[in-house]
Parts: sequence; structure tokens; C-alpha cells
Amino acid sequence: MTITTQKPLVRIEGLHKYFGQHHVLRGIDLTVNQGEVSVVIGPSGSGKSTMLRCVNLLETISAGRISVGDQLIGYREVNGRLHDLKVKEIAAQRREIGMVFQRFNLFPHKTALYNVMEAPVQVKGKNKAAVKKQALELLDRVGLADRANHYPGQLSGGQQQRVAIARALAMEPELMLFDEPTSALDPELVGDVLNVMKDLAKSGMTMIVVTHEIGFAREVGDTLTFMDGGVVVESGDPREIIANPQHARTKEFLSRVL
Amino acid sequence: MDHHQPGHAAPVLNDAVPVRHPGRWISAIVIVGVLALMVQSVITNHNFRWDVVGTYILDVKVVQGVGWTLLLTVASMVIAIVLAILLAVMRQSDNPVLRYTSWVWVWFFRGTPVYTQLVFWGLIAVLYPKISAGVPFGPELFSVDTSTVITALVAAILGLGLNESAYLAEIFRAGLKSVDKGQTEAAEALGMGNGKIMWRIILPQAMRIIVPPTGNETIGMLKTTSLVLAVPFTLDLTFATNALANRIYLPVPLLIVAAIWYLVITSLLMVGQHYIEAYYGKGVDTNLAPALINPAAAKAAAAVAPSAEAEPSLKMDFPEDEAK
Repeated sequence: MTITTQKPLVRIEGLHKYFGQHHVLRGIDLTVNQGEVSVVIGPSGSGKSTMLRCVNLLETISAGRISVGDQLIGYREVNGRLHDLKVKEIAAQRREIGMVFQRFNLFPHKTALYNVMEAPVQVKGKNKAAVKKQALELLDRVGLADRANHYPGQLSGGQQQRVAIARALAMEPELMLFDEPTSALDPELVGDVLNVMKDLAKSGMTMIVVTHEIGFAREVGDTLTFMDGGVVVESGDPREIIANPQHARTKEFLSRVL
Repeated sequence: MDHHQPGHAAPVLNDAVPVRHPGRWISAIVIVGVLALMVQSVITNHNFRWDVVGTYILDVKVVQGVGWTLLLTVASMVIAIVLAILLAVMRQSDNPVLRYTSWVWVWFFRGTPVYTQLVFWGLIAVLYPKISAGVPFGPELFSVDTSTVITALVAAILGLGLNESAYLAEIFRAGLKSVDKGQTEAAEALGMGNGKIMWRIILPQAMRIIVPPTGNETIGMLKTTSLVLAVPFTLDLTFATNALANRIYLPVPLLIVAAIWYLVITSLLMVGQHYIEAYYGKGVDTNLAPALINPAAAKAAAAVAPSAEAEPSLKMDFPEDEAK
């Protein structure tokens, strides 16, 4: 589908996550190349969202390493010993990684336009007029130029999610994370959001997409990873896995969602 | 909204007989009757001495008292609000020292009577006759008499403000906790720092929850200022009217004078609160499309509009989905 340069952008190695005694991620390895769309599927509770949230440190990493580009996420390594990064350093790493949430999480007290403008102005300190122009272009790109002055409460779920995508893109990230972006939407609103994501994939954005949309995985995905019980069960070409799953658990899951 | 498209006949609206409410009429008659009797007695009873009320309502001492009471209220609330934001943020901090400091502050100032605190601040000059700054065990840099810095007014404002900060801190804490965790996560994911997240994302949303009880506290403070005679501070409205009453041996009309002024100020504060609430409710309480608030009203509006297509705010494709 997309032309990939085969240069790894995201490397997840031996990732473990504990919530107290609960061992949620049990050694995840995942590599996403520059410009690739990596789709992650799996039953709820399989740890796929937790894995995604570790990539921008919304969850701390219990064991293992994640790197994005040449940056080790969350740590500095000095003489073989890991040191936690300061809050400011973590914030700097997050600026390179856009995230789209299942529940949109738009700022309800700001209009669509100001949701998109907030981070470039406040975080990057960019010129407000320039950011406004860029934000309007982004809203146009997600098909919502005419909704710029609406508050999130005045927008449908699908519209809110597209504003959320524009908001993440406004920081010009090198990587986009999608955490079940269509799961909270009415069925007829899913298509618009997926179309925006398809366009984004075509433009060469590197994306990790946690989703239940098998059709999206088949059509847009460069790799498909099936997770269950905190491990990667199967990973490879989406069309091959969907047509011909190798593991019983993958087969069972696909038979229930397809 | 296909039933409004041209070509369809307008529907015949249901003209149903509404449910009757005789209880409303009966209660209205009873209450108006009682009210009329009360008004009549208040007017005809000469012991109220409305003439004295009229004489003193704009008395210089009374109006000055109103001014001092307002000053005490505003100054102590400003101190309390600044401290409360600080205390609420400290309480949520990762730093355990700040967390416990905030907890102890609230415990202490909420746990002792405001009257006691006011007397204490009035006596601070007895405890510490001089305030001095210098290097510990080293030379003194400067020194002033406590009584020149902590005047009765300062003592009253400090006493009221610090006590109130403890209550407001809990209100602010509740407000901050009411904001969905997803808001912090979204802001974090955008690379915003903690300060920006608090000031630009969390606090503005928390204000919706914080403003109504804070309005309550402000009105409470207005009346609590009458306790400042404990300091003693003797220029506020209650003290001024009491002093006048004692001089002319007519307590009732001067109580009425004070009550009228307190009511006037409270009413003004309520107007202010209304606008503050409207400001922080934007995007949530106000500005919502009619369809989202009241589907019936939106349909009625659509029916009145010459063409649903010509009215962009009504042709949105979603409200019907959201409203169902």
C-alpha cells in the first residue's frame, strides 16, 4: 500500500507492565518502520491499549525499552543504568508523538479551532496568527472547516474525533497513536473518521492503530499484530493473517469479529 | 427532518387538553394572603420605626460601614482564593511534603473557630511585639513594631482570609477532581507541562463546579465580617449600626438598616456570580445547539424557519442522532 523506507521508527523490546500485582503486558516486541501503519487487534483486556499508552508514557514502563527515532522513551541511560526523565523531558518527547483517544478528550471549554491551536501556541510558542491559519487548514483536511467555531458539545462523536486528530496533527508529530478511535462512535459515523485516517496513512504518517476495525486493518495496514493475554500471538501482513491465521486464538478472535 | 420538506402538507398539531393543577391556585391564594397580613403588620406596627430606618439608612457612619464591610469581604476572599488554589494544587502534588502541609493547614484552620482566630490575630502584637528579619543566630537586618504592620484591619483580613482558605481549598479540590482524567491525558499527550495543564485545561473546567459554592462562601463571608469586633475592628456595618442603636436606644430600626444593606450587597454579589458562572460554563452550559438541549424546541424552531436548509445551525446532521 504505502511505500516504506524500512527504517524502524518505533522499537518496543521486551515490554512488561504491571498494575500492582496484575501482569498486563508480558514481554511485547514490536517494530514499526517509518511511514508504516501498524494495526494492533485483540480482545479487550489483551493489553493492546496499555502497550500504546506506554509509547507516550501515559503508563510507566515496568520492564523493557521503547524507543522512538533515536530517543529512549522515559529514560536516560547512563553507564548501563536507567535514570527516569524529568517531567519536562517527558513532555518534550510527547511533542513528537500524537495521540487520539477512544473518548476524544477534546477540551470542552474551547472551540474546535482553539482545541487545535492550543498546543502549538502554548507548547511550541508559535505565532498565533500562523497557527490559526495552519489549524484552519487542518480542520479543512478533516472535513470540518465549517465547524471551527463550534464547541465540542455541539459536535457529533465522529466530528469530535476528527477535531481530535487535527489537534494531534497540529504538533506535527512524527508518529501518531490511535487508541480505539472509532469504538465510541455510532456505526454511521465510523466511516468519516476512518477516511481521515486513511488519508493520513497515504500522506506517509507513521501510525500505530489499536482498533476493532478489521476492514481498516486489511485495507490500510502494513502490518497486523494480534495480541492476547499480554503477549503478541501473531504478527505479519494483515491480508495474510486475516485470510489465513496461523494460531488458534487468532482464528477464534477473527471468527468472532468478522 | 424530511417531514419539513416542501411537498408535504404541514402536520395538524395535537391540541390536547393540559392537566389541570388546582393545587397551584390554592397554594398561591394561601401564600399571598399570609404575605398580605405580614406586610400590613410591618407597615402598621409603629415599633418598627420606619422613620428611623429612613433617617439612618444613608447615615455617613452606616455608608462607611458598608464600605469597610465590602473591603473586608473582598480582601479576605482574594487572599482565601489565592491560598485555596495553592492548597488544592499542593494537595494533589507528587511531593509528599506539600501534600501533608496542605492537609495540616486545612485541618488547623477549619478545626478552630473563626472567632478564636480573629482574637488571636488581634493579640499577635502581644505574642510578638517586634517583627524582625535577619540571619539566624547572626546579625539583624531590620525590625519593626508588630502593631504598626498588623493593624486591626490587617489582623481582621488575615483572620478571615486564612480561615476561609481552608474551606475554599476543599471546594477547589472537589472541583479539580471533578474534571475527567482524560483531559489531563490529552494535554499530556500534546506535550503540555504541568503548570499549563492546570491553568489552561483543568482549572477553567473545574471553575464550573467551584464557582457556585464559592459564591455561597463569599456571601457567608460578607456576614462573617460582623465578627471582626473580636480583633477588635470597629468600623464594619454591624458594629456601626450597633453603635448607633446603643446611642439612640432603638435597636430594631438599626437592625433593619443593617439587614437592608446586607441584602443589597448579597443581591449584587449574586448578579456577579451569575456572569462568572456563564463565563465558565461556555461550551458546556451555554452555546449548545437548541437541538441538544431541547429537541422539541429545535423542531419548533425548524418549523418556523423558512427553510431548514437556509439555517446552517439547524441543518447539522447530528442533533437528531444525539438527541434520540
